[in-house]
Amino acid sequence: MSGTAATESDALFRYALRLGDSSLVLAQRLGEWVGHAPALEEDLGLANVALDLLGQARLLLTYAGEIEGKGRSEDDLAFLREHREYVNAILVEQPNGDFAQTIVRQVLIDAFQLELYERMQNSSDERLASIAAKSVKEIRYHLRYSGSWLVRLGDGTAESHARTQAALQRLWPYTVELFAEDDLDRLMTAQGVAPSLTDVRTAWAARVDELLSEATLQRPVDRPYGWYGKRGEHSEHLGYILAEMQHMQRTYPGARW
Amino acid sequence: MDDPRQWPLFEVFVRARGGLDHKHVGSLHATDARMAIEHARDLYTRRQEGVSIWIVRSSNITASDPGEAESLFEPARDKVYRHPTFYDIPDEVKTL
Repeated sequence: MSGTAATESDALFRYALRLGDSSLVLAQRLGEWVGHAPALEEDLGLANVALDLLGQARLLLTYAGEIEGKGRSEDDLAFLREHREYVNAILVEQPNGDFAQTIVRQVLIDAFQLELYERMQNSSDERLASIAAKSVKEIRYHLRYSGSWLVRLGDGTAESHARTQAALQRLWPYTVELFAEDDLDRLMTAQGVAPSLTDVRTAWAARVDELLSEATLQRPVDRPYGWYGKRGEHSEHLGYILAEMQHMQRTYPGARW
Repeated sequence: MDDPRQWPLFEVFVRARGGLDHKHVGSLHATDARMAIEHARDLYTRRQEGVSIWIVRSSNITASDPGEAESLFEPARDKVYRHPTFYDIPDEVKTL
């Protein structure tokens, strides 16, 4: 294999991991609501979103393993990497908090994934294009679900409004990372694998602004931010998520049931 | 009376395929009709059970009184001639 080809497949591997890790970690977070949601109906609603995300993560991690070509399966990548090797966005690892915080996190990431995957259906990489086409149908529903809750909470009682606005203030800074292009993002865009994050941001901002105004919420001010989950720099939360998620495979390597 | 701390109850009707009727499949709690549709989708169509959902506030349904069942339904019992069982079906008719 020539040097360029090796670098190119390595870049695609890392990019597929980024997408897959964000879906996987968010799925794990949402799964924490099972048995604890405010109503049985919400319990199932959140679990459904979590399962969609897990399905997307499986496709993406399987593909990443194939690109890498070292025989690593989706399970190897999910259960046997350390937190520094995880390259998900920091936003998705933030704690569930109260229901408002979970919903705000979900709206911000759903709108991002929707704009990203809608464009990625035209990716020069056929496999990513087909994963995007499958995912986009699911994500449209995720945003419908989270968006209607955002409006209900934001435009609800004084307490629900205050809690939702507080969650927005807390989580907004993490959205900067979603659109901060680094070398890998630029390479993927140049190769036609991924859409331009500038385009995604414009569409995302319009979508989010519309929801926020319907929910009578104030959009927080953008602040500079320099901490990147997609480079393996994580908040203190990811370690705990992985400890719980990986504990079975770490304790009983290769265990099956 | 509705308990104000509980979300109102909705009845869910799901159409399994185009051309079939919506059938009652169960009920759920939701704050409004939109949420009820979303919950119904998550609760009752997760195994591809349907292509369309109807939602009705349970309080909007007027039901017959079980106490009146005798006067409502008994009179039909001795009117067997209303069943189309007195016709000779031609052999050529296969599916009736």
